[in-house]
Amino acid sequence: MAIGTELQGGTVTQSGTGIARGVVGGSPDTGNGAILEGNAFFKNPAVAGFEDVAYEEKERFFEAVRSDMRFPDYLYGCYECGICVAVCPSARFYDFSPRRIAQAAARKDVALFYQQMQEDIWECSQCFSCVRCPRGNNPGGIITIMREVAINEGMASAKEALEGYSRIVYKIMSTGTQVSPDMLQPDAFPDWGPEVRDVSEHLALWRRALPPETLHTTATSWDVSERTLIELYLIWMETGALDMIRNVDESLHMILEEVMEERLEEEGIER
Amino acid sequence: MTTRSATPVSVILQKKQHFERDPERLPVDFHDRLYELEAAGELVVQRPPDPTDVVTVPTKYGRPKVIPRGHLWHHKSCGQCGHIPGYSTSIFWVMRKLGYEYHDPRDQTSCTAWNYYASATSNPAAQAAVALRNFAAAYESGYYPLIHCATSYGHYKEVRGELLRHPELRQQVRQVMDKLGKPMVLPEEIVHYSEWFYAMRDEIAARQVRDFSGIGVTVHPACHYYKLVEGDAIYDPDVYQGQRTAVVTGLAESLGAEVREYSTWYDCCGFGFRHILVQRDFTRSFATMRKIEVMKEEANPDVVLTHDTGCVTTLDKSQFAAQAHDRKVGVAVMSEAQFAALAMGAHPYKVCQLHWHSADYRPLLEKMGIDWRQAWAEFEDEVKRLERGDVQYLTWDDVDAS
Repeated sequence: MAIGTELQGGTVTQSGTGIARGVVGGSPDTGNGAILEGNAFFKNPAVAGFEDVAYEEKERFFEAVRSDMRFPDYLYGCYECGICVAVCPSARFYDFSPRRIAQAAARKDVALFYQQMQEDIWECSQCFSCVRCPRGNNPGGIITIMREVAINEGMASAKEALEGYSRIVYKIMSTGTQVSPDMLQPDAFPDWGPEVRDVSEHLALWRRALPPETLHTTATSWDVSERTLIELYLIWMETGALDMIRNVDESLHMILEEVMEERLEEEGIER
Repeated sequence: MTTRSATPVSVILQKKQHFERDPERLPVDFHDRLYELEAAGELVVQRPPDPTDVVTVPTKYGRPKVIPRGHLWHHKSCGQCGHIPGYSTSIFWVMRKLGYEYHDPRDQTSCTAWNYYASATSNPAAQAAVALRNFAAAYESGYYPLIHCATSYGHYKEVRGELLRHPELRQQVRQVMDKLGKPMVLPEEIVHYSEWFYAMRDEIAARQVRDFSGIGVTVHPACHYYKLVEGDAIYDPDVYQGQRTAVVTGLAESLGAEVREYSTWYDCCGFGFRHILVQRDFTRSFATMRKIEVMKEEANPDVVLTHDTGCVTTLDKSQFAAQAHDRKVGVAVMSEAQFAALAMGAHPYKVCQLHWHSADYRPLLEKMGIDWRQAWAEFEDEVKRLERGDVQYLTWDDVDAS
């Protein structure tokens, strides 16, 4: 039995994590939307909202994370002390725990790991408060890798997380700056107060009132030179970053690819 | 229940009164590997433009860090320039006032890390190539990079570590850089602008024209500054007895402000990268309940000072909607660069651009002795000149004329 688990009346639960780990002697379908798989206990896929896959697939996803060059620097074991959870902002407002992430990775619990890739990883704030870990773990870093694999595999959680985010991806990859002054629209940020409306109404004038010459732009954060942008496009294409988009948003990928190839062609750059 | 401790609490408290680093716990200095790779011809190390015009500061584990005073290449922040432009403008303005030349490049992209931490639609090779392209642009200009955003700063430190550790990544990135016709360059130190402000705090204080002695300040330190690759961050035995990072706080104290304590100092702001853009219920809840309300209740500050794009945005913008829920909010938020600029006499609108902020900053300005109504009228006069077509843009001369 794994550390931190206890047997209670025929049911194995994992202390403190809030995840039931299995029903000893129970049927595969527990009748409450839950399914038993080995020693794991999951939501029925119809309830969970993501597709269940064969164990071998889950193993493959786990291996994709584990074989990343960064992984050995991010995981050294787990004391189960919970310091990472105590300092984690996402743990306060979501059913999310960096400790569960580190534990699933350390135990090679590929089934739980898959569930986390479909349910948990997009809740992480990526603040890296969890690197306070006394073992030197970096749960936030493990999640960064898990997210990359989720994108590369076109997982449902990745597609869902990036719904509504495609314009940001378009902005950063096509213009070289992540956010722009003209994003400050009252209908996009009604919760940021009336100042957003003021900025939006006076945007062009107020940008021209900024003394640094590079900041007179409205569609980008600053004036990025043409040559710089072309170099950025080459980076996205040469490193496979552009191709990653195809797995989660095919139309966005098509638009970005066209923008970049057209610009490179204009410059006479062959790939 | 009684507790048993091998060390009496009086001894522990005594130890905390003076900070001592344990030499056994010093991590490996990344410079060793950096210089090895430089000697092997694998990469170029960019050094400070003038080794005699630097300030040396202490870092978390005691390693000295060299901060160049001038000839700096400003690696701008997309969130600062895009949504809170007075942040960037104040950095430039202070540097100009102190007489240090700089370069504000167009040959710069975002570090793209905001998107990377939000969406993961990138990979280590792409992130490293973006970083090295920007570093190469700085190197080719002859100016030394100064990073405005804490996430860029933190991410570039991550990238540096990955490049130093993994030859296969260096090989992959080298192929890309060869195609761009650019060298593989890393600066000898990755320097955040708040480190420059900390290093220059005495020079800044010497040019102070407004009295800040009555100003109550709480500091929010940026996670990506001091948690992400922690060893580069500045820790000073004279600030928080070396137990917490000294930037922002050290400057605020030098300007005579009263830095006040609160219990959730270590907490993140709640930015969350993707959350701030598409899941703001989380961001707003965390920023309000774990930061602003705690600060208000325990310290009642006049202003929250921080040193990152995301933190200023989150703590400032999250307060408006929280009022509808009767949350105890209502405190000005700005960067310490804007605070320093105000101390040195900067115009609150022409330079610090406070009209882009949401939380009410006017009571703070009044406490600083600034007539914000008059200042706003002056700014509007300048905007009218633009509207009439008298001038196309306002310049530094226009700003300094007032």
